Amino acid sequence: MNDSIYREEILEIIVNPQNRGTIQDPDLEATLDNPLCGDEIRLQIKLNGSRIGKARFSGGGCAISLASADLLAQSIEGKRLTQIKKLETSDILKLLGMNPNPARMKCALLSLEVLKNALQG
Amino acid sequence: MNFAVKKIRKDFPILSRDIRGKKLIYLDSAATSQKPQQVIDAISTHLSQHNANVHRGVHKLTEEATEAYEASRKKVADFVNAGDSRQIVFVRNATEAINLIAYSWGRKNIKKGDEILLTQMEHHSNLVPWQQLAKETSAKLKFIPVNNDGLLELNRLEDLITPKTKLASFPHVSNVLGTINPVKQMVERIRKENPHIKILIDGAQAVPHMPVSIQHIKADFYAFTGHKMLGPSGIGVLYAKKELLEKMDPFIFGGDMILRVSFDKSSWNFYPWKFEAGTPNIEGAVGLGVAVDYLSSIGMKTIRQHEKELTEYTLKKLSNIENLEIYGPRNAEKRAGVISFNIVKGRKIVIHPHDLVSILDAEGIEARSGRLCAEPLLDIFKAEAAARVSFHVYNTKEEIDALIPAIEKAKKMFKI
Repeated sequence: MNDSIYREEILEIIVNPQNRGTIQDPDLEATLDNPLCGDEIRLQIKLNGSRIGKARFSGGGCAISLASADLLAQSIEGKRLTQIKKLETSDILKLLGMNPNPARMKCALLSLEVLKNALQG
Repeated sequence: MNFAVKKIRKDFPILSRDIRGKKLIYLDSAATSQKPQQVIDAISTHLSQHNANVHRGVHKLTEEATEAYEASRKKVADFVNAGDSRQIVFVRNATEAINLIAYSWGRKNIKKGDEILLTQMEHHSNLVPWQQLAKETSAKLKFIPVNNDGLLELNRLEDLITPKTKLASFPHVSNVLGTINPVKQMVERIRKENPHIKILIDGAQAVPHMPVSIQHIKADFYAFTGHKMLGPSGIGVLYAKKELLEKMDPFIFGGDMILRVSFDKSSWNFYPWKFEAGTPNIEGAVGLGVAVDYLSSIGMKTIRQHEKELTEYTLKKLSNIENLEIYGPRNAEKRAGVISFNIVKGRKIVIHPHDLVSILDAEGIEARSGRLCAEPLLDIFKAEAAARVSFHVYNTKEEIDALIPAIEKAKKMFKI
């Protein structure tokens, strides 16, 4: 393993997530779980016109899924919906700064999947 | 330990490899066991020297292959004291063995309103087929509960049995909790309460680790699998009483399970071949036979003693780690070498088992994490997932001594 998966920045996020929380009246929302391991991420979004005003994630899971959710929620705030819709796997991995092995890839991509679901709903 | 584990380890070639530069410490034998050179060589030799299809034709090679295949069947039968070796059906794995019973026995014998008694500690392979059967036949599933110590609440046993109970099934050993269930007594009590109930025991985690005598236990069906007992994958065993095999319909249809075939109908072969359609995993059976030889040469009592000592040692060391919750019995007498656990604060898991096991992996320690194919059981213990270490004949106390600091390292990283 790249000890880098658990490098300081990721562990810091787990201890001090920036965007963890809930939104009272979200405009967009989705929840997904990874049945293989019990990770569950909920993403809630408040819009500001055609941009993401506020994004919050909640739920439980492994370090990779939580870090990925926090980093993703942070990065989409202020961006246009049209931009967000184009996000894909490589963007998440770049955000996370890691290349997890296939077994942990699902953990890293869970938040992206939740985001895509939220954008549809 | 007067058990020659160092000598035994030399028989397992994979144990000398490293994982990302660290010595391999394999603690996932409950998922699958490693294989001794003897088993590897036997398969290789079979394929190089004796390979032919079985039960077909009369040439020498086919004779050799058939003899090897059937000799393995006899070895397996004797290993678990199954009596007549025709009561041993070769299948792909324990999951297939259980599905075979659900199809061949279940569909004919379970009707609307009937009851199937299981436990809360089933592996999915001994839960999902019965869910399916119950759905199709409108039968009802009932479960013997598990208590906080990981033991079955057997005081409920007689209450859970009714005149409508047709099948009772339970694991010999739990793949999550390690609990060794008192199967002989359970069978006796069930038969006393209702002698018509058929009993199936899931022995996948028992046969590889302790002496098992099926004729002693007196179950109607008993399932286990080769790859957990130092044999190759793709070969499993169903034991069933001959009276039942006689009456059961085939599971899969095709060649070898027939006697006579015309265009519009066919008649079935005798058991066990009635249940072994098509070309079987011949080299798998040969490998399993040699695995049986290997285990027998050490002795299952010795293996159980070795694993019990390791389990006791590990339980002690793990219980000294703060914020670590162990699931299942604390008494190594009641437990096989399977230990699931989590890093918790109060009742909350604070290091996800995936992360914990990834950190162990970085130290060369191969453990398991996830739902362990027992989601409902984990729900009872309020765990979304768990980490699990499990032992076999080749594991040592030194390996456990390496496990403990690795767990401490994970705790430090997550500031627990």
